Amino acid sequence: MENLEHRTEVVLLACGSFNPITYMHLRLFELAKDYMNATGEYNVIKGIISPVGDAYKKKGLISAHHRVVMAELAIQTSKWLEVDTWESLHKDWVETAKVLSYHQQRLAAKSSDYSPQASPSPVLPGGKRKRNGDGQDLSEKKPSAPQKKRPPQLKLLCGADFLESFGVPNLWKLEDITTIVENYGLVCITRTGNNAEKFIYESDILWKHRNNIHLVNEWITNDISSTKIRRALRRGQSIRYLVPEPVQQYIEKHSLYSSESEDRNAGCIIAPLLKARQ
Amino acid sequence: MRCASKQDFDAPDKMKCKIPVILLACGSFNPITNMHLRLFEVARDHLHQTGKYQVIEGIISPVNDSYGKKNLAAAKHRVAMVQLALETSSWIRVDQWESEQKEWIETVKVLRHHYSELLRSLPRRKEAPSSRAGSEIPTEDIATPENTAAPELKLLCGADFLKTFQTPNLWKDEHIKEIVEKFGLVCVSRAGHDPKQYIYESAILTHYQHNIHLVKNVVQSDLSATHIRQALYQGKSVKCLLPEKVISYIKEHNLYQEESKST
Repeated sequence: MENLEHRTEVVLLACGSFNPITYMHLRLFELAKDYMNATGEYNVIKGIISPVGDAYKKKGLISAHHRVVMAELAIQTSKWLEVDTWESLHKDWVETAKVLSYHQQRLAAKSSDYSPQASPSPVLPGGKRKRNGDGQDLSEKKPSAPQKKRPPQLKLLCGADFLESFGVPNLWKLEDITTIVENYGLVCITRTGNNAEKFIYESDILWKHRNNIHLVNEWITNDISSTKIRRALRRGQSIRYLVPEPVQQYIEKHSLYSSESEDRNAGCIIAPLLKARQ
Repeated sequence: MRCASKQDFDAPDKMKCKIPVILLACGSFNPITNMHLRLFEVARDHLHQTGKYQVIEGIISPVNDSYGKKNLAAAKHRVAMVQLALETSSWIRVDQWESEQKEWIETVKVLRHHYSELLRSLPRRKEAPSSRAGSEIPTEDIATPENTAAPELKLLCGADFLKTFQTPNLWKDEHIKEIVEKFGLVCVSRAGHDPKQYIYESAILTHYQHNIHLVKNVVQSDLSATHIRQALYQGKSVKCLLPEKVISYIKEHNLYQEESKST
């Protein structure tokens, strides 16, 4: 059994509508974990699903309550995934950079609990650690006290469409993009690595932090989008084997998706664009 | 499940009897994946939405071990995994007849077997006069309530299956003809294959194209059992690609640990 102690611990955070959550979303986590662990540098210890709040105002977005419940049902049998409601409970929309910041602080607070004398660690910059484990703060180690644990690195898990959304005018603040790729890092699952690579190449800020953007190739196309799920449901078609069974049953029981639900927020401008205008 | 109720005598056209259909899928199922299961759901939805059919059952028939395909796990495992995958399905079941035979059976014979089983399960109006025990029961002797159409058994497959009809010496022409004429195909298209093309390239298929239902699988997926085995050989996660219980079974029985070097 390989000693994982010298590896950088990583927590993957996925933000999104999860409207509804599908096997594709869950696959992103599996692919990312396999990839990061296989580099030999990282040990992925946790995955967090953070459904967006209702204030995002995306068309067809049903209430956060249901989306959270479905995500929880989807990960029932998972040992390392969890759903977090902090973002969805806010009255206003929360920028992704703020969600990352919140979770990084939480992780830091947790790991500082291991040692009484430790203070919360600062946000760690991205980048690779040396393999011979210089991360342990040996100087602070006392024989009788538990060893201070370095907080895990939080990385944003996403698909290529997310990466490319950085290019949509007014959708992102440049400072947020910078924060995300500089202080945290991306694990981006792509179908054809080339588009994502090109996109990174063509962006100065992404290029600068390209070492902090991990591109993971998804060889098996698994095109289960939430949009297609909702469309199938409106047309009375089966969604079995596209989403976990408890999710399918929950959707059926509560008749969650219909033409009416798809019309929610019709004509609304999504929160980040609205905010950019102000 | 009977497709018509007693009051259908004077029923308007839209209440007209639907043809009961059973979908049969043959293949290695080495192992079964969510994609295989999706084929059934997609095919059923398609047939229902034509308004003409009522899909009453789905059957998964794993191939016999003596088919000789590389890296084929033992039939008992493949059957067990399908069984686990179908535990929560209300309409699809696994059938071991094909895998239990002494040797590999041609697809057309599997269809014939299941069709005669199907007919055997229907109520009889009278006993057949001549002794034809054990052989195929002619459709005319089978009692069906007057306004129930005769059930049909269709082969469910992917477009790549349709393509195999072109492989020289793989199929007997008369078998292809029997499959498309007597039974029919429900062919779900996968990314990268154009089933219409395969039909036009074959005289037999073109002739019986009315009995070949082409279904577009909107949720395109490259997911195949081959990919699953590859991932397993490489120690990668296959979560969400197959049912959880199948993944556990594979682990418990140490299946697909190593790619077989021999053919």
